[in-house]
Parts: sequence; C-alpha cells; structure tokens
Amino acid sequence: MLKNKNKSTKPVIQIREMHKWFGNFHVLKNISLGVNQGERIVICGPSGSGKSTLIRCINRLEVHQQGDIIVNNVELTGDLKNLESIRSDVGMVFQSFNLFPHLTVLENCTLAPIWVKKLPKKDAEELAMELLTRVKIPEQALKYPGQLSGGQQQRVAIARSLCMQPKIMLFDEPTSALDPEMIKEVLDTMIELAETGMTMLVVTHEMGFAKKVADSVIFMDEGEIIEQNDPKNFFNNPKNDRTKLFLSQILNH
Amino acid sequence: MTENAYKPGSYPDLPPPPGTVGVYGWIKNNLFSSISNTLLTIISAILLYYLIDGIIGWFLFDAVYDAESKIECRKIDSGACWAVITKRVGQFVYGFYPEAERWRIDISFLTMFIAFAPLLYPDIPKRKWLLWFSLVYPFLAYILIMGGYFGLQKIEYSLFGGFMLTVILGVSGIVCSLPIGILLALGRQSNLTVVRTISICFIEFMRGVPLITLLFVASSMLNYFMPPGTNFSILVRVIIMFTFFSAAYIAEVIRGGIQAIPKGQYEAADALGMSYWQKTRFITLPQALKISIPGIMNTFIGLYKDTTLVVVIGLLDPLGIGRAALADTKWNGLSTETYLFVALFFFVSCFAMSRYSLWLENKLNTDQK
Repeated sequence: MLKNKNKSTKPVIQIREMHKWFGNFHVLKNISLGVNQGERIVICGPSGSGKSTLIRCINRLEVHQQGDIIVNNVELTGDLKNLESIRSDVGMVFQSFNLFPHLTVLENCTLAPIWVKKLPKKDAEELAMELLTRVKIPEQALKYPGQLSGGQQQRVAIARSLCMQPKIMLFDEPTSALDPEMIKEVLDTMIELAETGMTMLVVTHEMGFAKKVADSVIFMDEGEIIEQNDPKNFFNNPKNDRTKLFLSQILNH
Repeated sequence: MTENAYKPGSYPDLPPPPGTVGVYGWIKNNLFSSISNTLLTIISAILLYYLIDGIIGWFLFDAVYDAESKIECRKIDSGACWAVITKRVGQFVYGFYPEAERWRIDISFLTMFIAFAPLLYPDIPKRKWLLWFSLVYPFLAYILIMGGYFGLQKIEYSLFGGFMLTVILGVSGIVCSLPIGILLALGRQSNLTVVRTISICFIEFMRGVPLITLLFVASSMLNYFMPPGTNFSILVRVIIMFTFFSAAYIAEVIRGGIQAIPKGQYEAADALGMSYWQKTRFITLPQALKISIPGIMNTFIGLYKDTTLVVVIGLLDPLGIGRAALADTKWNGLSTETYLFVALFFFVSCFAMSRYSLWLENKLNTDQK
C-alpha cells in the first residue's frame, strides 16, 4: 500500500445531507461526506448506484436539490462567479476522455489555461509540455486526439485537467472504456499523481488501485453511502451484507 | 506449406499477386472480366464514340462563332450558333452597365478573389494583412460599383444585370447569411426564452414562405415596414431577403451540427471552467460548422441559383438577358445555345463551390492524417 504522507486534516470538500433527484427518481439520498486535503478516496458500487452522479455534483455538472456542498470554502450555488472559481480548482477526467477532437493535444491542454486563467500563451504551452512529459506523451503534442490510442487519450485528458492546476481531481471511471492492456498505463499515471499529494476522488472498479492508493473506500448502493472504511478493513472485513455481496461478485471472477 | 519456412515474427510483407492492383488490374477486373463483359465494353465504346463525336462537333467544330443573325449562322455551318452569345457577351456579363465604366466591375471582381483568399485558405501567407483588405473590400466594391464618390459616375442599379448581378446578389447573400444563420442557430438553442422564441419564429416564418413571395414583398412592400424616410434601393432590399431566406436554412443546418456534438464535449468544457461564449467559440462552433459544411454549401449553391428568381421583379439576371436576346427577331429560336451558355456559367461557379467544400472537409478531418 502507498503510504500517504500528504494527508492533512484540512477539509477541502464537505457534503452535508445532500439529496438529488432526476425528475421523480431519488438518485442520491442523504449523502454526507468530508474530504481532507491530500486525501484519496475511491468510490465503488454497482451500476446505477449514483456514484458518478455524486462526483459530478462536486463540480456542479449535476445540480443537487437539497443539502450543502462546500468546495474550498465556497458553497455551490447557482451563482456563476462561485461556479467558475470552483471549476477551475476542480479537475475532472471522464470515462469517455472527452478530448476536443478538432484541437491538437497541445491545444487541448492550453485552451482553458489561456482563456479561463488568462495565462500567456507561451507559459501555458510550457506548462502543458511539462505535464505531457509527466504523463509520458510529450512526443504526441502536435497530433490530434483521433490519432492516439485510448490509453494515450486518457493520459492527455489527465494532463489537460492538470494544466488548470487544480486542487482536487475527480475521476469518473477513467479506465472503464479502455482495452485491458491500456488500463495499467492510466492507473500508473494516477498513482504518480497520488504521490504528488493531489486530493483525489476516484469512481472505479479497479480494486487493486483502491487497495494500493486509497485512504478510504466508499461503497454506494441505490443512492446511499452504505459503507466507508480504510481499504484494509473494507476488503478484509466488510460489515454490510450488500458490501460483502458486491465484493464477492467483483473479486471472485 | 510456405508459411512454415519463416520463423514466427519474421514473416515478410509480400507484394499482392500480379494483375490484381494498378491500372492493369482495374481494367482486367472491371472491363474484361468475362466474355459478356468484354462484349459490353466494346459495344459501349463504339456508342460513346459516335455520341461524343456528334456532341463535340455540334459544340465546337461545326459551330459558328461570328455571324449577324441566326439565318446567317445556318448558312455557314450546321453546329451551334454561338454568335448569339459573342454578339451580346457584354450584356450577359455586365447587363446595361455603361460600357466606359465596366472596368470598375472588372476591378471589383478581380479584387474579390484577393478579399476571399484569406477567409477561404487559412494557411495563406501574410493572412493578417489580407484580412484587413477583406474587411475594407465591401466598402471598396460598393463605391466602385455604385459610384457617386471620388468623381466616379453614379450608376443606377436598374442598369445592373447579367452575371455581374448574379455574383453581387449571390456573394452578398452568402457572406451575410452565414453569420446570421450562426446566430439564429445559437439563439434557437439558447436558454433565454425571448431569444429562443424570436429565433424560432424567424426561422419558421422564413422557411415557411416561398422565396418569390419574399421577393415581391421586397419589391413592393418592404418600405412600408421601415421607418419613414428610409429608402433602400431595390438591390439592397433583394439582398436582405435572400440573406434572411438562406440564413433560416443555414441556421437549421448548423443546429443539426450543434446537436451532433456529443454531450461529453460540453461537460469537459464546463469542467474546465469555460464560459458560455468560450464554449461556443472554441468547442461548439468549430465542431458544428465542420459537420455542417456539406449542408451549408448546399444552401449556398441553392441561394446562388435562386438569384435567377429576381427576374420576376424586373431585374435582368443572366436568364433575363438571355430571354431578351431570344426575343430579338435576329436570334429567334436559339434557346439551346443561350440557355446552355447560362447553364455553363452557373455550373462552373457552383462546381467550384462544391469542390472547395470538399477540400475544406478533407482539410478539417482530424481523425486520420
């Protein structure tokens, strides 16, 4: 297990009694969750359990109807000014990469820093090259996303988020759309990122990653947080029956 | 088996079997693949020879280029009587624009290509400087064509006609309708109810009405709707109508393009903290316009050809000039030559637009390069 020296007690995300509905469907039920700076949290659960919706609420890609979400001491409301400041502090990596296909890899990485953070173009490009080097694909900078493999695209997506110099990174099933031989390169990138002390919330089914990196594992089912524990206890000693069933299903195949 | 002669991983790239690729392979596969196919090929070749021989003869070798009337033409040779065109080519190109001032049209037309070059070809050298010229060009062309400034003789719009009129109407309509179409498409997708309602009403009205009706409105009624004192020339009124009409179509084409963009693109842009206009400018429009190129070009070509409809409100487009020529007793009955000539002009312009759009599509295709 990767020991976390960067974990602190300073809370960066606080969710209190948050509820969300899609129409009449109650998708998130009474969610309360605190995340400290540098903490790495893995969220797992069966499909439809609301785990993606939960992390999408944190940067307001989904709007919650009840309860509070406070990110970096700013409460998420409909206020656009708050929203922009939160979004430039919270990076997100998607299951389907969502790179901009009409821009080169480098342009993908520099677009938001130049226009949202008003960084000079030269500085943005330097930063982008530095981060592309960190995810080990600087040589692809001038190619278009369509010319890269899935694993490379996802690493570009990670670099693109990091170019905004976020304080928190959200990962929404980052390896689910990848071929098996490419999963490792993306997970390795994420492990390296964890070593730098980044606060990370990761929705994933990669239990090996959870065991290795997570400070805390959350199990969700039917819109509720069923169980939260450190990885050792979570995997060896699950308390809830639904957690046991889920773990037996994904670990014993 | 020969495969066993190579160790795993060392199998070389072999050339394809002879006679399956290249020119020889194509001919063999497509023209002479069987006895019946060979027969068909030979028969078609003979038929084609006689057909093309006759057509080219009529068009070129047996044609008459200079004569005073149709009767004289027929005396000289049996082919097409292009004299009807050559005698009136000035009218076909410039309408009734005074002959001494036609250089102004020539200059406007030639400089138009310089003005369009930086817009159509993003990789052109010195693009920034040329773009300034593109910006100035509409005023330059207006002054040159209409006159009335800098000692240039003022020309009445009623003298405009022929291909020059087609190009003025077509190009102005195309250039103005694209930005308006983009705004309408965005407006129709907007969250603001007022903006959305106005856009929808405008688009549905313009699409739901025949263009000819709009042209009649332009020629007879538009001044009633304008504040008192404004008096647009009929040319401007017609351009406005063409612009609005095709803007409505373009808006719908672009809306299709916008809706084809995956939702994840917006989510990614949102997650990076981009504002609505940043998203529109850098993410939505570049992708939507790229997808919409064939549809937009379709609308442009339609607009360009629809300019011939101005004949119903008394403007003499090339077809109108052609009809005038045919009404002349000297050239009575030469409709084939006249209409073929006009058709050739439209075909060349429209084919050029079509090829440009194909080139642009290939250039913007970033999937495989």
